[in-house]
Amino acid sequence: MNFDELFGHFGQHTVDGLAKGAIYALVALGYTLVYGVLKLINFAHSEVFMVGTFAVVGVWTAMGATDSPPVGTLILLLVAGLAAAMAASGLTAVATERIAYRRLRRMNAPPLIFLITAIGVSLVLSEAYGVWLARFFQGDGLGSQRLVVGMPAVIKQDVLFSVGGTDVTNIQFIIFVSALVMMAGLDQFINRTRYGRGVRAVAQNPDTAALMGVNKDRVIVLIFLLGGLLAGVAALLWAIRYGNTRFNVGFVLGLKAFTAAVLGGIGNLRGALLGGLLLGVVEVYAATLTQSNWEDVAAFVVLVVVLLFRPTGLLGESLGRARA
Amino acid sequence: MMEIIRSWNDRRRDLAGGVGDRWRALPRWQRAVAFVAFVGFLYYLPLLGIPGLTWLRTDYVPGGNNWAGVLFVCAVYVLVAIGLNVVVGLAGLLDLGYVGFFAIGAYSVALFGSTQSPVVKALQNQLGLPQDWAVAWAVCLPLAIALTMISGVILGWPTLRLRGDYLAIVTLGFGEIIRIVARNSSWTGGPQGIAGIPGPQGAPSADNDIFGFIDVKPWYWLALTVVLAMVFGVRRLEQSRVGRAWLAIREDEDAAGVMGVSGFKYKLWAFAMGAALGGLSGFVFASRFNFIDPTQFNPQLSILFVAMVVVGGAGNMAGVALGAFLLAYLPERFRGFEEYRNLVFGLALVLVMLIRPQGLIPSRRRARELEDRAKEAPANV
Amino acid sequence: MSELVKGPDADNPRNDVLLAVDHVTLRFGGVVALDEVSFEVRRGEILGLIGPNGAGKTTCFNAMTGVYRPTTGEVRFDGQRVSGRKPHEINRLGIARTFQNIRLFPEMTALENVMVGTDSQHKTSVVGALFRLYRVRPRPDELPAVTAPGGAVRAWQQTRRTFAKTFGISRHTLEERAGERKGMALLRFVGIADRANDLARNLPYGYQRRLEIARALATEPKLLCLDEPAAGFNPAEKEELLQLIRQIREQGYTVLLIEHDMRLVMGVTDRIVVLEFGKKIAEGSPAQVRDDPKVIAAYLGVPADAA
Repeated sequence: MNFDELFGHFGQHTVDGLAKGAIYALVALGYTLVYGVLKLINFAHSEVFMVGTFAVVGVWTAMGATDSPPVGTLILLLVAGLAAAMAASGLTAVATERIAYRRLRRMNAPPLIFLITAIGVSLVLSEAYGVWLARFFQGDGLGSQRLVVGMPAVIKQDVLFSVGGTDVTNIQFIIFVSALVMMAGLDQFINRTRYGRGVRAVAQNPDTAALMGVNKDRVIVLIFLLGGLLAGVAALLWAIRYGNTRFNVGFVLGLKAFTAAVLGGIGNLRGALLGGLLLGVVEVYAATLTQSNWEDVAAFVVLVVVLLFRPTGLLGESLGRARA
Repeated sequence: MMEIIRSWNDRRRDLAGGVGDRWRALPRWQRAVAFVAFVGFLYYLPLLGIPGLTWLRTDYVPGGNNWAGVLFVCAVYVLVAIGLNVVVGLAGLLDLGYVGFFAIGAYSVALFGSTQSPVVKALQNQLGLPQDWAVAWAVCLPLAIALTMISGVILGWPTLRLRGDYLAIVTLGFGEIIRIVARNSSWTGGPQGIAGIPGPQGAPSADNDIFGFIDVKPWYWLALTVVLAMVFGVRRLEQSRVGRAWLAIREDEDAAGVMGVSGFKYKLWAFAMGAALGGLSGFVFASRFNFIDPTQFNPQLSILFVAMVVVGGAGNMAGVALGAFLLAYLPERFRGFEEYRNLVFGLALVLVMLIRPQGLIPSRRRARELEDRAKEAPANV
Repeated sequence: MSELVKGPDADNPRNDVLLAVDHVTLRFGGVVALDEVSFEVRRGEILGLIGPNGAGKTTCFNAMTGVYRPTTGEVRFDGQRVSGRKPHEINRLGIARTFQNIRLFPEMTALENVMVGTDSQHKTSVVGALFRLYRVRPRPDELPAVTAPGGAVRAWQQTRRTFAKTFGISRHTLEERAGERKGMALLRFVGIADRANDLARNLPYGYQRRLEIARALATEPKLLCLDEPAAGFNPAEKEELLQLIRQIREQGYTVLLIEHDMRLVMGVTDRIVVLEFGKKIAEGSPAQVRDDPKVIAAYLGVPADAA
């Protein structure tokens, strides 16, 4: 266990972890919104994110993006990428609700069926992309070479400022700010607008909300859309930070984001943010300490520990006061 | 004795699924004869060389040798489905990490039975044993079952109290942890896996005349025998107070508790037994293929297992066996579409859930439960 | 009446305290559902628990049977503390209950529902059910009968008889049979034996209510708690239920009864406890309680000093 490395560069590792965690937080918000209202783990949300990353790839390829373009072009690329990712992810999220989940709700299916359908949808989406990738980029599609698709590094990673020996890069800064802005926006939306009130009402008591004139179906579409939009933002940030994507990029990220949502308190929006940031930090510490690729295990261990000792999460359940 | 079995089975007969209705309308002795004939047919299956029926086989060469191999994999998957059915169908718990138990069973025989495993080598050094010593294959069997049951209890004890969806995620995590540990740890051979796994006749060598490399039929017959024994065992449990308790817990756990049924105890037993069956299938699987590596035990496989049970008909052994057979056999039959395999699984899952959630051969109780729920759905859902 | 239905105190009536609810308070967040409720149930009596809607009667039941845990205070049964234990443990100690809103196992038959209850008294373990190794020497009447005139079937029956003679019969089988016998006896006792093999969801309402009682009795309790067993009954059915409750007491069980119907309560109970807003406001014989001004006020809403 390499404690020297960890404590020697504690600040740096923390900043790295926070940046990682901010992306988790954005995806976690999608999980927590859907779970808070529908009591459903939307497995397909990881693929909603994945679709967003491919939308960014598509747009940037179409616009002929290169490494480190001039500022004007850069802004254009980012805006276009953001719009594409949010549109693609939002659309995918709403489509999965419309096609798969709505029918199950009409049938009043038990939770097990919902879960399995969600897994199926997730599999269909990721495999569809995998197959399409293998064929599209390789022509005859023989063999199961599922490519990692690279992207140009539109923002060159550079140190933006330093705080007492800890460097914060420009990319990290962008990620933090974006996550906080989105979080604040979502918070305002849920707590201050009538649509947000509708969401909270349906989360707490769907039948009464309906009696009060809230259109339950519309509210549900809304939360899926919101989750999708946030995932789109996360997709763009991912593209800027990591510069590549693949058909199953969603799987591990989704699991971790869900862990983050549980850690913070499922159904609790601020909890998702806190959980995401915390998980990112814990992962980076674990990777530093063990100097190897046990970092994925860290997320699962966190999940198990949280569920054992504090299943309501750090900030407690909210939005829907879910009780089994 | 007869009346009890008849009355209990009468009731089960009344409750059986649609396809099973005609079957169960037959008098008992006719069903027994039909069953024996079916079992005989299963044993004969690898020898199936009737020209008209070769389209069933997956090898296009007359007298080709892969048919038995495919059948073997089908048998192993049926065993997995039976085990997972105990967890998902009988006790109603969603386990998304069943591949973990499969892996533990496989690694048990690999780590203790193969002369190339790091564990065996360490034991050889510690105890001054010869280079070709390893734990006997037959001893590895109870070892595998014990290890998987223990891990099932370790996993289940803290998590069975959780809500269903949380349990699903935690089990998924468990499966992943097992895979990652197997990949990272030097004790498990790391990413290269472990070779030289023994079979019933000992370490793999050209001298193994029955359980060797060339003729897969004895392997299939071995697997089939294990499957039949396990089916018999699970049916016994279903028809006893244990089965009643599982059903009561599924229907109304709180009411069952007030009637003296400890939900936790029976769920834990279901989990442990399911784990043992998973381990047993991994054991048989590894013995035949002589080599395993961590990439084989991935989460897609876990999802495939769940798909077999759910598509086939959770709660009904015939159903899940059919589900397992189809999902093991069809990809082999349509080899050319290898790439689309997982896509088709996903589509099958979604379509079955949307159109026929009770599965292909449902347990009548399950079909009725879903019907009732659909009728109760509030109008403004 | 069948031996199988007898309760624990049938042959040995006693009158000591069986259940003691001792200053039990139950809070849900800000709501105080039970406020320092104390009363006793004596062995062999039929105690009624009444009060207006929302008084806390079912909550009290839930606290006694382990569904809720009291915030303060304790519940003692037969000298042992039961508050805070799990429901199935409390059932083993001797308390059984029915539910206000009928919680049968809908996809099981009436007999199977009752057998879940009888199972709780059986010793076959999970391993025992699987391997059936614990064997018992059977009595001659328990052996498989040889009834066929001849041929292969007779030979088969004779083989089975010999097998049973040599190897005995497993405890599992004997307990299953015993469970069925007792189950049928209980179904006859409550009067629904004619539909023993019908699914619980298909039974008429009255039968379902009585099935719940039979199922509770199957767990061989000392105390039977009935939560509004007559809800939805017409007067004739209520009269039958009254008789049934009396018979249950005669068989040696102690009964605790929540009911709204005053005639039923006055007719069958020995003593009554009255709750209002989570507090006990009166206790005594039916005659005493009927004339108590506090009770009248609670039901009619007239201020107590204007009575």
